[in-house]
Amino acid sequence: MNSEKPRNGANHYENVACPFCGIACDDLDIGPSGNGLKVLKNGCAKSVAGFERPLIERSPQIDGKDCSLEAAVAEAAKLIRGSRLPIFSGLGTDVQGTRAILALAESGGGVIDHALSDAAYRNIRVLQSSGWLNTSLTEARNRADLFVIAGADVPSLHPRFFERIVCNEESMFSDTPPKRTVIFLGESLDTSAATGSRIGEVITLPCKIDRIGEILDAMRALAKGATVSGDTIGGLPRAAVEDLLARCKSSTYGVMAWDPNKFDFPAGDLTVQAICEFIKDLNLTSRFAGLSLGGAEGIPSATSVCAWQSGYPLRVSFASGKPEFDTERYNAKRMIENKEGDLLVWLASFGDDLSPPDTDLATIVLGVPGLKLARTPKVFIPVGTPGVDHHGSVIRVDNVVSLPLKKLRQSKLPAATDVLASIEAAL
Amino acid sequence: MLIKLTGGKIYDPANGVDGEVRDIFIQDGRIVTPSPDAKIDHEYPVHGRVIMAGGIDPHSHIGGGKMTIARMMLPEDHIGNEFARTDLTRAGVGHAIPSTMTAGYRYAEMGYTAAFEPAMLPANARQAHMELADTAIIDKGAFAMLGSDDFFLRQLAGKADFSAIKDYIAWTMHATQALAVKVVNPGGISAFKFNQRKLDLDEKHTFYGVTPRDIILNLARGLQELGVVHPIHIHGCNLGVPGGVETTLATINGAEGLPIHLTHIQFHSYDTEGDMKFSSGAARVADAVNDNKNVSIDVGQVMFGQTCTASGDSMRQFVNTKSATPKKWVVMDIECDAGCGVIPFKYRDKSFVNALQWAIGLELFLLVKDPWRLFLTTDHPNGGPFTCYPHLIRLLMDKSFRQEAMQMINQDALKYSSLGSLDREYSLYEIAIMTRAGPARSLGLKDRGHLGVGACADITVYDDNPDREAMFATPELLFKNGELIVRNGKIIKVVNGATHVARPAYDAKIEKQLSSYFESYNTMRLENFRVSDDEIRNDGRGSLIIQPTGARVA
Repeated sequence: MNSEKPRNGANHYENVACPFCGIACDDLDIGPSGNGLKVLKNGCAKSVAGFERPLIERSPQIDGKDCSLEAAVAEAAKLIRGSRLPIFSGLGTDVQGTRAILALAESGGGVIDHALSDAAYRNIRVLQSSGWLNTSLTEARNRADLFVIAGADVPSLHPRFFERIVCNEESMFSDTPPKRTVIFLGESLDTSAATGSRIGEVITLPCKIDRIGEILDAMRALAKGATVSGDTIGGLPRAAVEDLLARCKSSTYGVMAWDPNKFDFPAGDLTVQAICEFIKDLNLTSRFAGLSLGGAEGIPSATSVCAWQSGYPLRVSFASGKPEFDTERYNAKRMIENKEGDLLVWLASFGDDLSPPDTDLATIVLGVPGLKLARTPKVFIPVGTPGVDHHGSVIRVDNVVSLPLKKLRQSKLPAATDVLASIEAAL
Repeated sequence: MLIKLTGGKIYDPANGVDGEVRDIFIQDGRIVTPSPDAKIDHEYPVHGRVIMAGGIDPHSHIGGGKMTIARMMLPEDHIGNEFARTDLTRAGVGHAIPSTMTAGYRYAEMGYTAAFEPAMLPANARQAHMELADTAIIDKGAFAMLGSDDFFLRQLAGKADFSAIKDYIAWTMHATQALAVKVVNPGGISAFKFNQRKLDLDEKHTFYGVTPRDIILNLARGLQELGVVHPIHIHGCNLGVPGGVETTLATINGAEGLPIHLTHIQFHSYDTEGDMKFSSGAARVADAVNDNKNVSIDVGQVMFGQTCTASGDSMRQFVNTKSATPKKWVVMDIECDAGCGVIPFKYRDKSFVNALQWAIGLELFLLVKDPWRLFLTTDHPNGGPFTCYPHLIRLLMDKSFRQEAMQMINQDALKYSSLGSLDREYSLYEIAIMTRAGPARSLGLKDRGHLGVGACADITVYDDNPDREAMFATPELLFKNGELIVRNGKIIKVVNGATHVARPAYDAKIEKQLSSYFESYNTMRLENFRVSDDEIRNDGRGSLIIQPTGARVA
C-alpha cells in the first residue's frame, strides 16, 4: 500500500497509481491543495485533470430533484425491477465496480457492455479469430531496439508513454543501451516525444491510417517471398515499405504499438489482424512483439472481469439467466440507438466526459458529480472515483499488470461498488 | 453445533485408516472427539458410504491472466455450456476453461475443497488472486513462478550471495501471497526473448550464461533452506519433445538428493523409438521416481476431446502453435518476469500421438509405486478439464474398463507403450492418498487432507458405487469447514474459501535492492507490486491461512 507521510500537517502520498489512462503510471506524488488534490510529481495532462478535479459533493437526484441516497437506490431498483431488458453500460470503473455491476446485470437480467467497446472489439475479434504475439510495458521498455507506432497518436493517448517506455535512459540489458529507432507509420502523428539520448533515428511514413493494414499485409507477403507489384504500397513509396520490412526483420526485439481507437473505419479489426499476423510470421526466425495501447476508462478491467466471471469479454446478455454472448446483438451502443432495451444504467466514475448517449430511454446514471449530461436522467447518483475517493484496483492496458488504487481524500461520495450492491439488494 | 456422521467407511490415509467403519464428529468447522455426554445437534446417517477428506487439486490452472486470455479467446468452449443464475449460484459458463465461479461450483460438486493455481506470474499476482477470489467455495492458493525473471537471473549470473537469493525467493512469496514456487522451462522463457528456441538442461542462456540445471538447483536448495514445505515445483525443459525423457531423467539424477516435484510429468516422458520416433518413456521415468525418494510427481493426464493449453512456457508453446485447434493462439513476453502461451488443442483418440500421450499418463500412474509421491492431475486444462477426474479415477481403479477404453484408441500407439500389460487397480485407499492426503502433505496444508481430530472439517461422502466414475462424479454430501455445501451433487450453500500462503523468513535488506531495481527498470513500483493482506481479505470476502514453514537455514 502507499505510504502516508505528514507534510505541512496534511497527507502526502507517494507511488500513487493513476487510473486516468490505460498505462496506469504508479509513480505519482500527490498532496493536498486547498479543497482538492495536487499532482506534485510525475503528473501529465490526464492525471492532473483527473486528480485535481475539484471535489463536488452533490446529492443524488430523481428527475432532477435532490433526494437521499436511499431514495435514489430504491428508485433505481424499482426501475430495474420493472424493466424488461435493462442495458448496463458506460462501465467507467475499476475491478471492484465491474464485479458489482456484473452482479447487478445478472440479477436484473440485463445486457452488459462498455461505452468504448467498439475499439476493444477491434482487438477482441482478432483474439477470437487468430490471436497474437504481444509484449507488456516493462518488457518493451527494457528490450525493444525498434518501436513502430502504427497509427497511434501516443502523446494524446498516454502522455508519458514515450518518457517511460521509449526514451528511458536506463535499460536492463546494458549499462550503455543502444539507441532506439522509432518509426511512425501513419500521417499527422505527433512525433515530438521521440527525443532524448536513447533515440536514434526517427522515421515518419505518412500513410493514411486506413491503409496501414494494406502495408502490413504487403510486408507479410514480401517476407514470404511473394511478388507485390506497383511503385507504391498503401500510398507509400515501395522502397519505404521494403525498408520498413528490412528494419523489422533485422531488429533484435521490435515492438509494434497500435491504438484500436484509431482504426475507426469499416472492418478496422482487419488492420489489427494484419499487424498481428505480420508479427507472428516475423517470430518464426526473429523476435518481435505487438503492444496494443488505449485502455481508457477502465476498459481492460471491464473486459477481463467480465471474461473471468461470465466467460465472455462484454457484450453479454443475462436476460435468460444464462450468459449469452453476441458481439453484434449485445453491442450496447447499437441497442441504445435502436431502443432494443427499455432502461439504461450508466456508470462513469473516472472521466467527467464519459457521458451517456443522448437517448430518451429511461436512464439511471452513477457518475462523477460533474459528469456532462445531455439530458436529466431519471436517477442520478454521484459516486466517487476509484483511486481518488476510495480504494480499488485497475488492470493495465497490456492486460498483465494490475495496480492497487488508493483513497486519497475524504469525501462523502459513495463508491459505485457499494451503491450497486445496495441496488441489487433492493431488487 | 455438534454434527455426527454415523457409520461411514473412513478412508483417511494420513491417519492410516483404511475403510474402517467409524463415526465422525464436527464442531465449529473442525473434526472433534466430543465429550461422552455431549448432545448431538444434527446427525447424518451415512452407513455404508465412503468417507474421505475433501479433494485437493495441487495443480490446476484456474486463475490468472492466461486463463482469462483463454476464456476471451474461446467463446466456442462456453457456448452450449452455459449455466443460469439460481437463487444460490451465479451464472457462468465453461467446459475446458470455465468461468471462475463455475470452476468453484464444479470442484465442490465433485467433492473437492481446494485447488491450487500453479503458475502465478509475480507481475500478474494481483489479478490471479482476484480471479481466485471469485472462484466459489473452494480454498485456493498459488505458486509464484521464478526462474526466468531477470532479477533472479541477474543474481545467478552475478554470483550473488546465496542468502540474497533465498531472501529474494522468500520476498517474492510474501509479495505475491504464494504458497509455493514453480519454475517453468527454467531460464527458457527468458531465453526465448533473446531468440533462443530451445534450452537443454546444461545449455547456457545466451545472455546470462546460466543453465537450467543452475536455476533448478538454486531454487530447490533455496526453498529447502527456507523451510518451505512444498519443494520446487518443476515444469522441466523440453516439454512435449520426443526424447524429452532423457532431460527428465537427467533432472531427477541431477537433483543431488534435494526434494523436487516434477509436474505434468506425462508431457516429459516421451522417448524416440519406432517409425514415428515417438514412444513411451514412462517405464524409465517410473523407475527413476521409484528409486529416488526425493522426487514427487503429478501426472498431467491427457483426456480425449477439445481443451486449451495454457502455460508460462512461451518458448515451447510457440512451437506448439502449429498444432493449434482451432487455429488461433496467444503468446506473450511479460514484464521481464515471465511469459505465457495459450493454445487451444484437441486430443483425438484415433491420433497416434494423442493416444500414446494418454497411454503414457496411465502407465505412469500404474508403474509408480508410491501414491504418496504421485498426484492425480490433468494439468487442467492442458491435458483435459478437471471435470474428467471421475473418469480418470475409474480408468485407474477398474482394469476391464481400462481395457475397453484401450480398444477405442489408435492401436499402433499401444505398441509403443506397456499399458496393455499392466494389471494394477487402484484401491480407494490409494485414491484417497493421491487426491487428498498426498497433496496436503506435499503442500504443507497441516490440517487439510485428513480426518483426524483437529482437522478442518472438509469432508466428502460418496455412495460406494462399483461404477467409480459415477461415484466420484456425484458425491452425496460435501462439507466445507463443517458446513453442508453439496447434497447429491447439487450445491445447497455457497461459501467463500480461504487462500493458503506460506511466509518463509527474509532479510528486509533485499527490499532496498529490489526497490531500486524496480525504479530503474520496471513500470511498477515495488510498493504497488506487493499484494497486501487486505486485498486478499477483501473486506471479509476472503481470508488468509498462513501455513507453517520450517526454520530457515542461514
